[in-house]
Amino acid sequence: MTTSLWPEIEPLLPGVEKPGRYIGMERGMQRPRHEPGLVRWLLVYPDSYEVGLPNQGLQILYEILNERDDALAERAYAPWGDMEAALRGRGLPLFSLENHVAASEFDVIAFNLAAELTYTNVVNCIDLAGVPVRAADRTADQPLVFAGGHCAFNPEPMADFVDAFAMGDGEELAGEITDVVRRWTAAGRRHREEVLHELATVPGVYVPSMYDVSYDGPFQRLTPRYADVPAVVDKRTVADLAAWPYPKQQLVPLVEVVHDRLNVEIFRGCTRGCRFCQAGMITRPVRERPYEQVRSMVQGGLARSGYDDVSLTSLSSADFSGIDGLVADLVNEQAGCGNVALSLPSLRVDAFTVGIAADIQKVRRTGLTFAPEAGTWRMRQVINKLITEEDLYAAADAAYSAGWRRVKLYFLTGLPTEMDVDTLGIAELARNVVEIGQKHTRKAACTASVGGFVPKPHTPFQWFGQNGIDELHRKIFLIKDALKGTRAEVRWHDPPATYAEGIASRGDRRVGAVIERVWRQGGVFQEWSEHFALGPWLDAMAAEGLDPEWYVTRHREHDEPLPWDHISAGLHRDFLWMDWQAALAEHGLPDCRWTPCYDCGVCTDYALEHVVASAVPPAGGSQGTGQDLARGGDVPVAILPTRKRAVAR
Amino acid sequence: MKGERGVPVRLRFTKRGRVRFISHRDVARAFERAFRIARAPLAFTEGFNPHPRISFGLALPTGTESDAEYLDVELTEETDLDRFAADVTEALPEGMGVTGVEFLAARAASLQQGVTSISYHVEAFFSDDGAWSPSDVEAWVQDVLAADALVVSLRRKGREVTDDLRPAISALEVEGPEAGSPPANPPSHDATAIDTRATCVNVKLELSTQPRNVRPEEVLALVGPGCLSARKVLRIEQWIERDGSRLTPLEADTRPRAGIGAR
Repeated sequence: MTTSLWPEIEPLLPGVEKPGRYIGMERGMQRPRHEPGLVRWLLVYPDSYEVGLPNQGLQILYEILNERDDALAERAYAPWGDMEAALRGRGLPLFSLENHVAASEFDVIAFNLAAELTYTNVVNCIDLAGVPVRAADRTADQPLVFAGGHCAFNPEPMADFVDAFAMGDGEELAGEITDVVRRWTAAGRRHREEVLHELATVPGVYVPSMYDVSYDGPFQRLTPRYADVPAVVDKRTVADLAAWPYPKQQLVPLVEVVHDRLNVEIFRGCTRGCRFCQAGMITRPVRERPYEQVRSMVQGGLARSGYDDVSLTSLSSADFSGIDGLVADLVNEQAGCGNVALSLPSLRVDAFTVGIAADIQKVRRTGLTFAPEAGTWRMRQVINKLITEEDLYAAADAAYSAGWRRVKLYFLTGLPTEMDVDTLGIAELARNVVEIGQKHTRKAACTASVGGFVPKPHTPFQWFGQNGIDELHRKIFLIKDALKGTRAEVRWHDPPATYAEGIASRGDRRVGAVIERVWRQGGVFQEWSEHFALGPWLDAMAAEGLDPEWYVTRHREHDEPLPWDHISAGLHRDFLWMDWQAALAEHGLPDCRWTPCYDCGVCTDYALEHVVASAVPPAGGSQGTGQDLARGGDVPVAILPTRKRAVAR
Repeated sequence: MKGERGVPVRLRFTKRGRVRFISHRDVARAFERAFRIARAPLAFTEGFNPHPRISFGLALPTGTESDAEYLDVELTEETDLDRFAADVTEALPEGMGVTGVEFLAARAASLQQGVTSISYHVEAFFSDDGAWSPSDVEAWVQDVLAADALVVSLRRKGREVTDDLRPAISALEVEGPEAGSPPANPPSHDATAIDTRATCVNVKLELSTQPRNVRPEEVLALVGPGCLSARKVLRIEQWIERDGSRLTPLEADTRPRAGIGAR
C-alpha cells in the first residue's frame, strides 16, 4: 500500500551535510501503520530540521492526531539545499521521517506558518512533494494542502497555494478537519470542490477558493461563493489549557537543534498589550496551565527525555501566577537527579524577574535577555511596553551583581512616531546598562540587538507605514555610531530582509504570484541571511505590476479595506483603531488580567475568560501593573534576595 | 579535573543501521541523555558548569557503523554492571546498545592513548570503467602487502603533506569479487564513476591509529581514483597492543568484578 523510500534515500545520505536530519528516530517518534481508512496527515515545518523540530505546535498536533483511531500523522521539514538537489537529481519526492513515505501519499499536507520569509519554502515543499503548487491545479486524488500558525492570520499572500487555512488553536480543529476528510475519502473522493466547500463550513477554517475576489481600486474584496461559507472566519481558541497537556512525549532529536531542551508551555495568550506584538494580540485571552500540571509535565518530561534543561514557555513567563513558588519547587525537586537547568524565556524587565533568574540559574547560567524594545519612555508609551528606566537599571544592577557579565537587550527601530531622540535613546540605555555593570565587574558588557519593525495584521500598528530600507539603515548607524568605543555591542537585522517581510506580512492575494516568482528564481530559505537577496523580490513585484512601497511603507487609512478583514482574531477593529489612536497620543493601556476589561472583543465575542490563578499582578510591578503611568518612574523595586542553595547533584 | 573521585567503568557499544548517520558529538549527547534516563549514578565535575566525566575513544566518522565503540564513564558508586548496561541500552536509540561493561583499573590509559589499531569490514564495489577488473584484486592485495612504502598526499590544516600508509596497514584481505547485489542507488557524491554492473567485494583490514588514525577509505583509494568505493564501513574491533599481547579495551586495564555486591 505505502512504500518506504528508505532504500532510495539511504545511498544519498553519505553525500549530504548532517545526514542525521533525514533519519527520524527521535525519542518520542511514532511509527504509525498506514491502515486503510485512516486520514493521513503530513505535518511540515517549512524550514530546516534544526529550526523546525522544536516547534511545539507541530508536536502537539502530531500527538493528538496519532492518538485518534481515524488518523495518523508523520512529519517532514524542508530539506537543505544539498539534499533537495540529491532528491531532485534522482526524481525522489519530499518524504516523511517516520516511515519515509512520499509526501503525495498523504491525504493532508499541513504547514506551520511561523514566519513570512518561509513562504517560498512552503511552495518549494509542495513542488518537491510532486503536487501542483497552485491549489486550483490540483485534482481529487492529490493531497489537501493546509496551513496554520500565526502568519495564517493574513492568509492572502499564500491563498493561491494553500487549499485551507486553520485559524488559531489547533487542538480541537485538527480533529474536526479529520472528520470531514475521512467522510469525503470514504465517499470516494469525487470532487475536490465538495470537500473544500464542506471544510469552509467548519468554524475556524478558511478556504480561499470559496470566495470570489474583486478589486475596488487597489483594494481586494472577498465575497463568499455559497450562503453557508462565512464572510468572516473566526479563530479557534481552547478555553482550558489543562484539558490539553501536550506534548506528552516531546520529541528528543539525535542531532542538535535550536531550543534543544524540554519545553513546557505554562500559559497561552498575553494581555500585556504591546502594540507591535502580533502574538500577544491574536492569542488572547490568557489561559494558565494549572500549577500541578506544570509540575508533573516538567517531572515526567525530564525523566522521559533525559534532558537536563527545561524551559517554561509562554509570551511572558514571569507573569505566571506564583512563578516564584513554582520555580523554587522545581529547583528543589530536581536536587538529587543531576544538574537541571531551568529557563524562562521572554523575561519581563524588572529586578524581581532577575531575582528569579538568579535563583534558578545557580547551577548553569545561560544568557540573560531583556526586551525594553524602545529607547525612551515616550516611545515605550506609544508601543505600550511600559518599562521605566528605573526598572531596566534595577534589572541590570541585579543581573550584574548576581554574576552575569553580559546582558542582552532587544530593541525595535522604525516604530510609529519614532524620532532620532528615541533612536539615540537605545544607545543611551545600552551605555547606562554597561556603566551600571562596571560598578560590579570591569568586564561588564552588553549586546543591543536592533530589529527593524514590521507592522503586523491584527495589531494596532496594522495601519502604520513601515520605515524604508534607507531609513532603517540610517537609524541603525545612528545607534552604532553612538556606541562606538563602548562595551555595548550592536547587532542588527538586515533591513532588506525586513522590507521583504513587510511585503509578505501585509500583502494581499496578488502577492502570491510574487512569492511564486521568487521561488522560481531559486529564492528558498529566505530566513537565512546567506540565502536572502531582495533583488528577486523587487523584480517579482515589478513583473506583477505591483508597487512595493504601496504595500510596505504606506500608512493605511481608517476606512480602507485590509486584506485580512475576513479573518477575525476576536479583536474588534474599533478597538484596534482606538488603541492605534491611543498610541499616537502616547497613552499606555494597562493589562486587563488584573485591571477592568476594556473590551478588545475577544472574551465577549467568544464567551471566554482569562484563566489566571492569581487575581493580583505579580510582584515587581513593571509594565503597566500599578505604576504611575503619567510619570513613568519612581516605582519602588523589590529586589528579591538571592537565596543560597547547595549545588544540586 | 577536580571533583568527586568516582568508580570508572568502560563500556563497549554498537552503532548500527540508520543511527550511523549521526555525528560523534550526537552520540555523546545521546549517551548523556541515556545515562540520565537510566538514572545512572554519574559522577560530576565541580565548578560553575558541572558535567559528567565521560570520555570517548577515537571518533567514529558519521556514516560508519561499529560493533566496537568504547567509552569510559565515572560512577559515584559500584553498581550492578549488567543491570546498568541493560538500563542504558533501553534508553539509547535503536541501533545503539551496550554490549560489554567492566570496571576500569586505577590509572588506566585513556582510550585515545591506549588504542593502537582498529579492524574493519568494508563492503566495497568496483566501478566498471574498465580501468580495473575485479580479478586484479588479489594481485593488488599482494602488491600492497609487499610494498615498502605507500606514499599518499593529503591536505592537513590547508597544507599538502605526504604520508606513508604502508606501516599503518597491519592486515588486508579481500573476499570476492562476487557479481550481483549492486547498490540500489549509487552514492550521490560519486555518481559518474558507477554503473549498475558494479561488483561487490568484502575488504577486511586492520589499520593502526597511531601516530594517526588511518581510515579504510584511504586504503581503498590506493586502487585508483574512484575505482573502489566503500558502501558500508563497519568497525569490528579496537585493539590495544602492549608488551607483545593484543587485547580489546575491555580486556586491557579492567579489573575483575568479584566482590561486588558483597559490600
